[in-house]
Amino acid sequence: MKKTYKIEVDCANCANKMEEAAKKAAGVADATVNFMTQKMIVVFEDGADAAAVMQDVVSRCKKVEEDCEIYL
Amino acid sequence: MTKKQKKMLIRILVTAALLIGLHFVPEDGPLQGIPLFLMYLVPYGIIGYDILRKAWKGIRNRQVFDENFLMAVATVGALAIGLLKTGDYVEAVAVMLFYQIGELFQSYAVGKSRRNISELMDIRPDYANIERDGQLERVDPDEVETGSLIVVNPGEKIPIDGIVESGNAVLNTGALTGESMPREVRNGDEVVSGCINMSGVLRIRTTREFGESTVSKILDLVENASNRKSRSENFISRFAKYYTPAVVFGALALAVIPPLFDGQWGEWIYRALTFLVISCPCALVISIPLSFFAGIGGAGKAGILLKGSNYLEALSKTGIMVFDKTGTLTRGEFEVTAIHHSPLAEEELLEYAALAEASSSHPIAVSIRKAHGKALDLSRVTDVAETGGCGVTVRIDGRDVAAGNDRLMEKLGIAYRACHRTGTIVHMAIDGEYAGHIVISDVDKPTAKEAVEALKANGVRQTVMLTGDGKAVAEETAARLGIDRVYSGLLPADKVSRVEELLESKQGKEILAFAGDGINDAPVLSRADLGIAMGALGSDAAIEAADIVLMDDNPLKIAKAIRIARKCMRIVYENIVFAIGIKAVCLLLSALGLANMGLAIFADVGVMIIAVLNAIRALFPGKERGAQHGKGTPAASA
Repeated sequence: MKKTYKIEVDCANCANKMEEAAKKAAGVADATVNFMTQKMIVVFEDGADAAAVMQDVVSRCKKVEEDCEIYL
Repeated sequence: MTKKQKKMLIRILVTAALLIGLHFVPEDGPLQGIPLFLMYLVPYGIIGYDILRKAWKGIRNRQVFDENFLMAVATVGALAIGLLKTGDYVEAVAVMLFYQIGELFQSYAVGKSRRNISELMDIRPDYANIERDGQLERVDPDEVETGSLIVVNPGEKIPIDGIVESGNAVLNTGALTGESMPREVRNGDEVVSGCINMSGVLRIRTTREFGESTVSKILDLVENASNRKSRSENFISRFAKYYTPAVVFGALALAVIPPLFDGQWGEWIYRALTFLVISCPCALVISIPLSFFAGIGGAGKAGILLKGSNYLEALSKTGIMVFDKTGTLTRGEFEVTAIHHSPLAEEELLEYAALAEASSSHPIAVSIRKAHGKALDLSRVTDVAETGGCGVTVRIDGRDVAAGNDRLMEKLGIAYRACHRTGTIVHMAIDGEYAGHIVISDVDKPTAKEAVEALKANGVRQTVMLTGDGKAVAEETAARLGIDRVYSGLLPADKVSRVEELLESKQGKEILAFAGDGINDAPVLSRADLGIAMGALGSDAAIEAADIVLMDDNPLKIAKAIRIARKCMRIVYENIVFAIGIKAVCLLLSALGLANMGLAIFADVGVMIIAVLNAIRALFPGKERGAQHGKGTPAASA
């Protein structure tokens, strides 16, 4: 399953950091952060609960870049 | 400006005002020492609190080496030196102030160009009109099922692909193709989503779901384009990863090692702090993805869709350009291109030919009738006799008319004149007398020759044409268009092996690009380094197989795409060289003690602003240039 989320992040480097952080979350098969379109595309592992996984993704992203916003 | 940016602007203005005010407080007056230091802490806190907080959080979350950390260490260090030695606190506040001004500018510029680029590709229809009980109802295009009837009023976008059921209108395809060529549609015509209805009301029976429609496919493609990162972008991400720790340790070494020998702690720490400010890698980290994004956006506006910034990089290195002939360089439609040796007026001969071929559905007959272009009075035609594979003899207005190839003429014993032109020749004889011949051939696209010239001007070393046509036709076309090499008589599978041969002959790092109309070229499109599908409006197979999609079928767009790519890559390299170069020089100067914080701020913020402005240039593809001066635009033309 693949979902796209709108995000808000100020710098390209922070976007890279968010991408890496999101990839580490459990239940995430792959994640891409597109700084220019301000979007995060998350590919979930089979059977993962997207809502629960995204909570983890958000907290991981907030950790590396406090200023970011992910609109669930 | 967003709320965040406005807040930052206020902080900047307040800090600047306070700094000016504090300037009038005498350094050796009654407030000397700690009180003055505390007074400077006010503007410092206002401008820098978020940086300090982020730096602190970064340390706690083990994400130490980022620009916030660099700025926090540099300014806190400068304040410490001021407090302990020089009594100068202005510098620390000024560094933070300029850093924030730079960040504000960058976030504004990047945000603005991001919006501009997104708007360029704003072809997403917001709604579809569905007729229910005689009333028009606006619904989300996603909810429209295949086979529904939708209504598109003048001025509206066609939301979903379909077939016109009733009404006729002129469509503007500009948003898709980059060129506003009006297209007329009427009953039974297929229409693609994304076009704007310029005139009458159209009722359209949808043939796809919204998600499968052209407009969704294009948006998908564009939005995912920057996910496929180019080598330069990956280089920058990796670079930033190692660079920041490296400079932090460099600065630490600069602050600690030399003073062990000369004891000048203050001086060396100051140099180390300057070093830190200079080293901030923002200029690269921001400007490189921005350049690619602007390049992709600019190309998108011109009707050239790139599936990733890596293809922009590849496109700029195109050395061998391989074309499919039919549908790419030529129109793939047979047309009457010449009429020779006719004793009658051309119109009259064409009329006889059209009448003779009136009942045939052969493509040659169709093109003759099309060239004639008028209604035919079939009652004039009698005694139609087709001679299989040779032509036809009929009586028109009581005259014997024969239309056919060499063999027909030989059979009838009529002396004919051979033609020097390649193509299909239809000889005509009236009452046993030779009446000239009609030449029917595939016509070149009007821009084909210009396109080949423009490619050469843009660094393409070799142009190659692949075709299933016979040798004579293929070579004549190639010579006329200025193509270097031709492979003729190819079956679709042969095309792949020819491309593989050509891939072997590549020199250095050059790229082989293949352009086809995408209908039966999918295997070749994927085999070439770079597959370019042309005239993709409505053709899913092409969009899937190609790396680059040209929305219309103008071959000149290939040259334009290469030009955009080359400009974009030039900007990327300019920024890399410029930013790293200036930083290296300034780092050296600061290590030698020749740089102050002012220079450091320029090396950080100034370089970033220049690099961002330069990156935005990639949005504008530049003017069309003639073949003779297409090469080497001066880099200074910013």
